[in-house]
Amino acid sequence: MARSLMLDAIDRSEEGGQWDLIIRAGKGWFDLHLRDLWRYRDLISLFVKRDFATFYKQTAFGPLWYIIHPLFTTVVFTVIFGKVARISTDGVPPFLFYLAGNVSWSYFANCLNETSNTFVKNAAIFGKAYFPRLTVPISVIIINLAKFGIQLILFLGFYVYFIAAGSSVRPTFLILLLPVLILQMAVLSLGTGILISSFTTKYRDMIYVMTFIVQLWMYASSVVIPASLIPERYRPIYMLNPMASVIELFRCAFLGQGVVNAVYVGISWAVTLVALFGGIILFSRVEKSFMDTV
Amino acid sequence: MPRTVIKVDGLSKQYRYGVIGHGTLYKDIESWWARLRGKEDPNVRITEHVGPGLDGEWFWALRDVSFEVQQGEVLGIIGRNGAGKSTLLKILSRVTTPTKGVAKIKGRIASLLEIGTGFHPELTGQENIYLNGAILGMTKAEIRSKFDEIVDFSGLEKFIDTPIKRYSSGMYVRLAFAVAAYLEPEILFVDEVLAVGDVEFQKKCLGKMEDVAKEGRTILFVSHNMAAIRSLCRRTILLDKGELLMDSATNEAVAYYLGQNLVEGAVASKADIEQRMEGKINRRNPSVRFRRIALLDQNGVPKNSFDSDKDIIVSITFECLRAVRNLHVMVSVVDENNFPILFTQNVDDSTITTNFYQLDRGVYDASCILPGNTFGGRRFFLTVCLVNLKTEHVTVKKILEFEVKFQGYNNSYGESGDVFFRPRLKWMMRPVDGERLSIHQR
Repeated sequence: MARSLMLDAIDRSEEGGQWDLIIRAGKGWFDLHLRDLWRYRDLISLFVKRDFATFYKQTAFGPLWYIIHPLFTTVVFTVIFGKVARISTDGVPPFLFYLAGNVSWSYFANCLNETSNTFVKNAAIFGKAYFPRLTVPISVIIINLAKFGIQLILFLGFYVYFIAAGSSVRPTFLILLLPVLILQMAVLSLGTGILISSFTTKYRDMIYVMTFIVQLWMYASSVVIPASLIPERYRPIYMLNPMASVIELFRCAFLGQGVVNAVYVGISWAVTLVALFGGIILFSRVEKSFMDTV
Repeated sequence: MPRTVIKVDGLSKQYRYGVIGHGTLYKDIESWWARLRGKEDPNVRITEHVGPGLDGEWFWALRDVSFEVQQGEVLGIIGRNGAGKSTLLKILSRVTTPTKGVAKIKGRIASLLEIGTGFHPELTGQENIYLNGAILGMTKAEIRSKFDEIVDFSGLEKFIDTPIKRYSSGMYVRLAFAVAAYLEPEILFVDEVLAVGDVEFQKKCLGKMEDVAKEGRTILFVSHNMAAIRSLCRRTILLDKGELLMDSATNEAVAYYLGQNLVEGAVASKADIEQRMEGKINRRNPSVRFRRIALLDQNGVPKNSFDSDKDIIVSITFECLRAVRNLHVMVSVVDENNFPILFTQNVDDSTITTNFYQLDRGVYDASCILPGNTFGGRRFFLTVCLVNLKTEHVTVKKILEFEVKFQGYNNSYGESGDVFFRPRLKWMMRPVDGERLSIHQR
């Protein structure tokens, strides 16, 4: 028995040594070929360059759109939720409160919307060439960082203006965690996006459901209603939504107000990582056979 | 000893006709709910109830295909549309997965299922070279080191900073092929990408492929262009309805495939002939080429079926692309196994003088008459050859098929005459003196 196992192992190692690539029918759950992804890193950067260049060439106003969108939404929120509905903003000027929420939310939402389209949008290329499919959603996450950067500058502009005008908002040491927050949004949107994109290969409905889900998700993510308004009892459930914690942290970092708690941050990261691994596993399962169904 | 670099074992791919799933979540849930309650699935197609099994909806695009490829070998893959050629390459390129079987590959692969994959119209030629190169598996550094050669090969130096949406389709193809040409993998899969661009460029691409093959790389080459297959591959596999029908020397596989693939009707056009021509052919500098081969009856009407008592006219139109010193037009009649039955050539005829085999540039017509009352009642095939002595031998094997219907002679009623020849020959009968009685007594 032991001998045969040993022979088996030798057999396998020989096989592994002789062949660089073995194509077989099985759909392994953990066959993620992340090493391939590293080999194709140049492709990721070229996808980023492509999207950047084409965006500039195709739109008249270019990056101006990135400013118009959150600004417009923030003005609407300020009027409707701030002035009409009078929802509490934890003592922070409503405009700044909603702008902070919108800017961080829009990075997540843009990434999610674009990555969830991966298979359907790239079916033509995917059908004609092999490269790790994950390069596409990853490049989307990166290109959106540029948009986020522009919007962050917009936010900082108003932020400085409000402080200069005598507002009581102050940054906290949490501002040092900004890169971690951005990383978490990137990871979460990548994970959720590829998870959904895997479903869209089978169910086209998902594309329409997505826009709807993203809308609802926003209202459950502290963009409009601060977590402090959620009753204490329900807060752990509310905080299962990783974006709620991210946005609270973001506000707390810049505006000094927000529900921040190590347990909630831990929960939020746990959910984020589950989404990422679930997404990658499902994605790499689908990427092998989706050409037959799309 | 040559090393096996590709080993394909029992590779199969099953596809499903029509819709896979119902495409919408609602209907899938509806079906699932119905099954759960033990009711009939409302979304099942009628055929599934009637048919003997669910298998009717499935078909094998590839079935139990096995072969090996040695390092440095250029393997041709031929077959009709839908034979599974592209499916095979797609599986080996990892665009899709097999349903059964294993393929093992040793070495760095590049796969050209199309050229210009991922080209973006808004990007410049240069940007697209990088993008396309990376999609095909090159790193930026590799592309950078070959960039000048790629641009040079494409011949688009002046337009390299122009967005390719302003390119003509010809320029687009040239750029796309140039990138592909400088891939330097150990194993290359090519699917019918030479079928684009003008003739001049196709020749250039074919030349490049030949160079690559000479460098000892392994190539799997799918094409409908038999001339290209012949000039590139020594060994060819023939697929038919997903199965491996033949794995042999290129000439054999191609001949078999073309034999399967006779030109229908009694006239072979220039395109038909060019796809099937073989022999000693100079592609870069052609001297003689067929224009048309036809089987005609006495009235000049194209026909595939002749009465045995009527003449069959083999009409051959050819072109001399330059002055030719010693030209022979040859016609063979062969059987279904390619066994030669009859051979004839224009210079046999003493009335054809030197004037007719020293030809100027131009188009000529040659015809020969296969006289009536010669053949038996069966099927025959026509092989034609155009020889420019010491320069080119252009052969088209089994290009046309014809049938002879034996009409019978005086007293041969009902005989099918299924022999190669059933000519009306001269017979002599005479009595032998003094033996008449003994014949009668027997």
